[in-house]
Amino acid sequence: MDILDILENESIRIIREAVACGESPAMLYSIGKDSSVMLHLAMKAFYPMKPPFPLVHVDTTWKFREMITFRDEAVERLGLELITYTNEDGVAGGVSPFTHGSKVYTDIMKTEALRKVLDKFRFDMIFGGARRDEEKSRAKERVFSFRDATHRWEPRGQRPELWAIPNLSKKKDESFRVFPLSNWTELDVWRYIERENIPVVPLYFSAKRPVILRDGQWLMLDDERLRLEANEKMEMRMIRFRTLGCYPLTAGVESEAATVAEIVAELEASDTSERCGRLIDFDQAGSMERKKQEGYF
Amino acid sequence: MNIQGEKSVLKFLTCGSVDDGKSTLIGHLLYLTGNIPVDQLKTLEMESSRIGTAGGGLDFSLLMDGLMAEREQGITIDVAYRYFAAAGRKFIVADTPGHEQYTRNMATGASQCDAALILVDVQQGILPQTRRHALICALMGIERILFVINKMDRVDWDEVCFRRVESQKALLLADLESFGIRLQDAAAIPVSALTGDNIALLSSKTPWFSGDTLLEWLAKVSPGSWRTAAPLRIPVQHVIKGQRGGEGWQHLVPDSLKSASGGTFRAYAGTVVSGGVACGDELVALPSGVSIKVASILAGDREVNAAAAGSAVALTLAGEHDIVRGDILAPARDRPEVADQLKVRIIWMDETPLFAGRHYDLYSAGGTARAEITRLRNRIEPESYRRLAAHTLEKNDIAEAEISLSRPIPFDPYGENRETGAFILVDRLTNATLCCGMILHSLRKGENVHWQAETVDRSKRSALKGHQPQVIWFTGLSGSGKSTIANALESRLSSMGRHTMILDGDNIRHGLSRDLGFTEADRIENIRRIGEVAKLMTDAGLIVITAFISPFRAERSLVRAMIPESEFIEVFVDTPLQVCEERDVKGLYKKARNGEIPNFTGVNSPYEAPQSPELVVDASKLSVEDSVEKILKFMDAG
Repeated sequence: MDILDILENESIRIIREAVACGESPAMLYSIGKDSSVMLHLAMKAFYPMKPPFPLVHVDTTWKFREMITFRDEAVERLGLELITYTNEDGVAGGVSPFTHGSKVYTDIMKTEALRKVLDKFRFDMIFGGARRDEEKSRAKERVFSFRDATHRWEPRGQRPELWAIPNLSKKKDESFRVFPLSNWTELDVWRYIERENIPVVPLYFSAKRPVILRDGQWLMLDDERLRLEANEKMEMRMIRFRTLGCYPLTAGVESEAATVAEIVAELEASDTSERCGRLIDFDQAGSMERKKQEGYF
Repeated sequence: MNIQGEKSVLKFLTCGSVDDGKSTLIGHLLYLTGNIPVDQLKTLEMESSRIGTAGGGLDFSLLMDGLMAEREQGITIDVAYRYFAAAGRKFIVADTPGHEQYTRNMATGASQCDAALILVDVQQGILPQTRRHALICALMGIERILFVINKMDRVDWDEVCFRRVESQKALLLADLESFGIRLQDAAAIPVSALTGDNIALLSSKTPWFSGDTLLEWLAKVSPGSWRTAAPLRIPVQHVIKGQRGGEGWQHLVPDSLKSASGGTFRAYAGTVVSGGVACGDELVALPSGVSIKVASILAGDREVNAAAAGSAVALTLAGEHDIVRGDILAPARDRPEVADQLKVRIIWMDETPLFAGRHYDLYSAGGTARAEITRLRNRIEPESYRRLAAHTLEKNDIAEAEISLSRPIPFDPYGENRETGAFILVDRLTNATLCCGMILHSLRKGENVHWQAETVDRSKRSALKGHQPQVIWFTGLSGSGKSTIANALESRLSSMGRHTMILDGDNIRHGLSRDLGFTEADRIENIRRIGEVAKLMTDAGLIVITAFISPFRAERSLVRAMIPESEFIEVFVDTPLQVCEERDVKGLYKKARNGEIPNFTGVNSPYEAPQSPELVVDASKLSVEDSVEKILKFMDAG
């Protein structure tokens, strides 16, 4: 049994436990590589039956177009139920990363949207693809993370997680965020994608793409909503994405890696961490922890 | 970063007192093994010069201390996990806090780990905290502990200083052994987390030391070896079922799984927590003991002939069986025990103290049950490892106890199986995890004592009386009017030809509970005794009326749980405190206000009002006669 087998077995065990103890499970599906791996594991956990829960995608309307195409194809191919949710209040209010800044935008279009869709369907076990190696405050979150009726995370009051015996008891309207990939690293994810031949969004693979340089980061031009400033010039560069979020908030990295094997090789030689392309993590000190307390994944 | 895929995972935890340098050690270990990406290193350089405590050098502790609050306080407050790869292996580090009050976090970390590093400041030597950390690791089943003697640079790498700590360690191990636990490995190593000596490379500053470096020691531990040695155990987690080829069936499942005739597919999903399983194996499912035969094994979406420890599998069985979540599948000849009376070790983790006699929910690999701590055998002093007498447990206390379960569960002693020998207790009202537990063995009385089959049973006695036995449980503040109403009710029932009995302070406190005082523990025991007496009397067919303040919700629900649901009527005499105090029939409120009576309910001890009593009467608004009428009406209706 190698490391990928160990991780796979552990994740399947977590997914099964949450489903066995929950009344209304759901999987947050963000279309990224971690979501793809998590979904793949869920397909295995209940094989030959489909996973007994829907996928939920919070659509901020600022996702890369290729992500939406990929999402719809994946759901179709596997025959799963997909719930998409957009915070229409935010859309009506014209909230965008350009007009409102990344913090307000994320609060309204992601965090608040997530709370609303969870309330609407009353899900009580919600799978997310977060990994502990991504960010310091994630390293301290439980695999089964209790949320009160307002979806808040209380880092000081977390239930102790003993052996493989989670305490999943809860009262009405309380819920759990469940993170089956807690112990995976970015490299593990890519090695597993390679081994299992898991489809991922093509944006992860390097290609010549139209980009501009802004604040030292390569932003891809995905549609006309990204307006060029006077000194900015569109150019074609070989870039790929290490992480996929909303397009004006996720920067590409220059890379020649055009296949999974090349990505694995690139990561093995790499010496920067993954979220350095995520602009929202830098907007405030301790920013991820604050977002999580408010209900962000 | 490493180039090759790692072959194994080792989870280990680090523990030490505040300021022993845990975070610095792990940060330095990550740095020396090339596990810190360039951008994180940049942040570290920035933060080191801004808030660092390493005097201009890199403050590695900043890498580990994640949460905002603790960054400000400069201490680790929760379990943090870090990942790194070295020596062809992946390591998961659980960094756990050293504060005394955070024992629970350490136990939590230890439950997931195969090895532990215990940090000791060479200038301080083995402290009481060090002994406590070693005990917790040992109790949680960690058999390999490395004592990391840190800050050797502060004593100029003096061998004598190191040997002195080593001899204190030897004493610790001897005490642990006389307690009953023997570690497989308990080496000591001289290091400096600050300078990095002896962490990845043997240092020239310690020519007198010839042991492994810290990294070498970690690379040698073989994780989870007990799993392959122990007999097969598969706790059933979930039953996968559906119509073959029907709705919910995956699109791409090969025909081999779709039998031509259709029909129901059923597989028992769970993890092989120990041993191995193969197709055709004849097993038993516990607690029922029913024999089963493995027809096929699914490891994810692959059909396999056999699966080893650690595999998440789904088994299909020959024939149909009634197997549910919480059952354990095992070989017939090497099966777990099944019992409902257990001797256990526990670590209490909640602010609410433990009291013997209260009911909790038990969760284990072998399913759930209601549990009662029937006897607290002792409390273990975590520094001396001595067993002391105990009546209650506070947060972070370690103890040995006997528990009684509402149903027999399958289990193994924790020393033989860390998965099937473990449990947690959960508070049924708050859902808090109250303690973690390790099963030592079953109590023989559980296996041998059978309830005497009664030929005259309670329904026969009840029929003879001509009425239903009942408990009318009055609760309310002192002076609320409980006894007055209870007495009036008894005379009315008596005149109606009902056979009644009143239990109150006069006949209980002076007799049955003469040995009890008024501490919280004694009050709980008092109520427990009253509950048992009331139960016997209802078994005898009587209508039992009780009038006690009974201020705690947990105790009242304990009594409620003993009596059949239809026979328990909780009457909340909801007279406002102000009215009770004005009446002050016995002058007790006055005394309590003057501080002459400690623990007086409503004054300096809480009253927890019932959340859903069968009846509420307010004696300040309702006359005694009307109150009695209201109760009689409810009894007839019931």
